[in-house]
Amino acid sequence: MKVTFPHMGSLSIVGKALFQSLGVDVIIPPPITKRTIKLGIEHSPEFACLPLKVNLGNFIEAAELGADTIVMSGGVGPCRFGYYAQVQREILRDLGYQYEIIVVEPPDTHFSELLQKIKYLSNNKPIWQVVKAIRFGWVKARAIDAVEQKVQQVRAREVAKGTADAIYQWALRKIDEGADVKSVLQIQKNTIHELENISQEKDKPVLKIAIVGEIYTILEPFVNLDIEKHLGRLGVEVNRSIYLSEWVNDHLFMGIARLRSGKEAAKLAHPYLRHFVGGHGQETVGSTVRYAQEGFHGVIQLAPLTCMPEIVAQSILPVVSEQESIPIMTLYLDEQSGEAGMLTRIEAFYDLLYRKTDFGKRRMPGERLSRN
Amino acid sequence: MIGKKVGIPKGLLYHYYHTLWERFFQILGFEVKVSPDTNKNIVNAGIMSAVDEACLPVKVFYGHVLDLAEQVDYLFIPRMVSVAEKEYMCPKLLGLPDMLRACLVNPPRLIDTTVNLRLKNAQIGPVIKEICEIIEVPENEGKIAWCMAEKAQEDYKQYMQLGNLPSGFKSCSGGYSIALLGHGYNIYDPYINMGMIDKLAEMGASVKTKEMVPSDIVDKFASQLPKKMFWTFGKQLVGSGLYYLHDPQVKGIIFVASFGCGPDSMVGELLERWARRSNTKPFMFITIDEHSGEAGLVTRLEAFMDMIRRRAS
Repeated sequence: MKVTFPHMGSLSIVGKALFQSLGVDVIIPPPITKRTIKLGIEHSPEFACLPLKVNLGNFIEAAELGADTIVMSGGVGPCRFGYYAQVQREILRDLGYQYEIIVVEPPDTHFSELLQKIKYLSNNKPIWQVVKAIRFGWVKARAIDAVEQKVQQVRAREVAKGTADAIYQWALRKIDEGADVKSVLQIQKNTIHELENISQEKDKPVLKIAIVGEIYTILEPFVNLDIEKHLGRLGVEVNRSIYLSEWVNDHLFMGIARLRSGKEAAKLAHPYLRHFVGGHGQETVGSTVRYAQEGFHGVIQLAPLTCMPEIVAQSILPVVSEQESIPIMTLYLDEQSGEAGMLTRIEAFYDLLYRKTDFGKRRMPGERLSRN
Repeated sequence: MIGKKVGIPKGLLYHYYHTLWERFFQILGFEVKVSPDTNKNIVNAGIMSAVDEACLPVKVFYGHVLDLAEQVDYLFIPRMVSVAEKEYMCPKLLGLPDMLRACLVNPPRLIDTTVNLRLKNAQIGPVIKEICEIIEVPENEGKIAWCMAEKAQEDYKQYMQLGNLPSGFKSCSGGYSIALLGHGYNIYDPYINMGMIDKLAEMGASVKTKEMVPSDIVDKFASQLPKKMFWTFGKQLVGSGLYYLHDPQVKGIIFVASFGCGPDSMVGELLERWARRSNTKPFMFITIDEHSGEAGLVTRLEAFMDMIRRRAS
């Protein structure tokens, strides 16, 4: 049995750690490229959302490397992600790939269900070993997020642009190679130390922009055209509404670890969006409110084209923007999205925010100081 | 009793529940004001006020709401989360009252009660109670009105299951049976689908829709899926689609989806693949949005019907 799973940001590092420490044969799909997307769109329904297409491309490329079992998560609606596995199974079957698909379905998606499925995959390894493997994956997920959050701050202030990213890529490789919990924690500590020692303009005032929206598009840099890196180069400090470890904690660990949770965000959405709408629609609205309260200068919403929950959120965000006085821009992404177009839009958004905030202005005598 | 006006927009779920909704408020003594049939002004108003990415029926619904907003005392836009156990409506319907609240300036009182029958043992009682509180009517009167209205709705459902189209559509008895599958708000709104039912009837097709398949048959065929379809309309489309695929009377299947429809991107794909695998009858997938042209549609329908005719001879 050769197990594979779809890419989503740094998920492959976590998944690899989990399965390999159980002795499962894992095949990580090749990194997402133009070819992956081409394969995906060729065989997917035309207006399915982008994650379905890219995942399908991952599966086809993994099959070329010999994978025969897919592990992915499911859902009970109303977001169409819950039906991905079913549609992809039919497509792969028509293409002639022999895949077994193991779907971790809610409401059974909680810790014990996860344990059972992993136990099955690992050829019935004892439960303590499974728990140990999950903990190892978790430590890696936390390490990646801790390093990434530091990178998001440093990018905006570093003197030589690109230094933080070079360290980040190196750290990802090291974390991936890390063989035990102790060494991963050591890498995390060293990397953060190293990032802090990059020469920076520490007292430079920077714009803070939050990225909210649909989980796949905000976590997968290939799909969002590396928007965070581009914002960082412009001198913007970025924060995201979802980090991988937070999502894992919310959905698989039932919030055992004390991290920022999507449930709190959903509560903040209440005056504007009073009901769960599937996916991360309510979290998008709620996180926007939270970021406005935390003093962020602007919010960018990312979503795949035709994403239903995000369309609901987008319809409501203009009111949030007005009431909480925070500028919001929505970017839809699909296989046609181009980097140059995205760059133009975020530069314009950046200019707008820069003019709107006081610190960007060299004030003329007698000029009025107003936020709006 | 009071003579206050309740406005019901003629879009989305109106095409399923109009009998129930209109009858309910009429029995309680309200004047029911339904927006006019979809027309150019309504569509344009909807397109202007909804976000670009919303699907055509949602945009049209915005248009209907804007048309009614200033003429009524109450606007009936319930939040239809789920009408059956373990099933959901589309996310856009879940967020509809909030989306409209964000767009309306000074709206009339909204009747935006949440209808959620997703969990086991969920009851409609609390929903009626909440509606009665909003419209200031004693709860027991509301319950009686509901029972009567529900009876009328059930009769209407039976009438459709006998193979009848809603009034106002042309039918062609004795023509080739063609299954026209799609959400009710696309199929029964001739402005959205450019009169597809009438056009097909004129071309000699006897149109079958998903409402003509009894629910037990829908459930039986839909249960062939390896995983339960969690959208109510998705399930109906899969169930009736598979039924029509196996019914030798039916000569061809046309699937109508609005551009960007999330559930249909999945359901349509599955049906299309099954139809191709079974290789027994033609299947056509038509996508509509506000830019669809009538000439293009007519060409496709004509070609489809020509093919049906040739295959039959």
